[in-house]
Amino acid sequence: MKNINELKMIIDSKSVNEGFSRVAVSAFIACLDPDIEELSDIKAAVSEAVTNSIVHGYRNTQGKIYITVSILEGSTVRIRVRDKGVGIEDIRQAMEPLFTTAGSERAGLGFAVMESFMDSVRVTSAPSKGTTVTLKKKIWGKNS
Amino acid sequence: MGVKIQKEQKKLIAFIQGEIDHHSAAFIRNEIDCAVCQVRPALLILDFSEVTFMDSSGIGLVMGRYKLIKSLGGEIRVENLSPSAYKIMHLAGMERLGEIRQKETVQ
Repeated sequence: MKNINELKMIIDSKSVNEGFSRVAVSAFIACLDPDIEELSDIKAAVSEAVTNSIVHGYRNTQGKIYITVSILEGSTVRIRVRDKGVGIEDIRQAMEPLFTTAGSERAGLGFAVMESFMDSVRVTSAPSKGTTVTLKKKIWGKNS
Repeated sequence: MGVKIQKEQKKLIAFIQGEIDHHSAAFIRNEIDCAVCQVRPALLILDFSEVTFMDSSGIGLVMGRYKLIKSLGGEIRVENLSPSAYKIMHLAGMERLGEIRQKETVQ
């Protein structure tokens, strides 16, 4: 699919940037005229991916998170969230609902939110190299 | 972001304000837990009417408060969820833990 417009951002893995990253993504895709539900779905999915990089990828360290937002042909948004953190040993286990390594205040539903709110979620990861999450969603917009 | 806490006899109402994510959840959690441990209410109501955004951190927040209030012998109720916050709560099957109510909308 042809890339029509693209945004690249690099942010520090600080929790204060979670809010910024989802708002920046939603501002960039506003040209597709998404409805309120589509917008909040995308914001939630971005928030989950970025939080995963902060909480899991970089755990007790600091690193950079690389976010690429592409607007593709056919009103489709592709969001890549990449970190150079610890990586995931077992992706299937990490994506299981309720699985978490982050203690009782984390629900373990980050991937479940991404999967139910986006059309597709792809995860590539290598231990000690990092993780890339690619989210895609077609925007039907207010006129659908 | 923040939380306003109101006490009514055996009831404690926490009005959560702003965005609930991993960043803000720790502060909100501490505020609510402090009040719950002091008051030991029979019913804890989490009011979401002023919540502008929520991701799965909101589920963790409710689950954690559920465990705390249960350990003190109380009940929990979640009120005035926006449609998108309700969608996330529903995804997690939170109805099993207590009452989960959506914001009433005027048609």
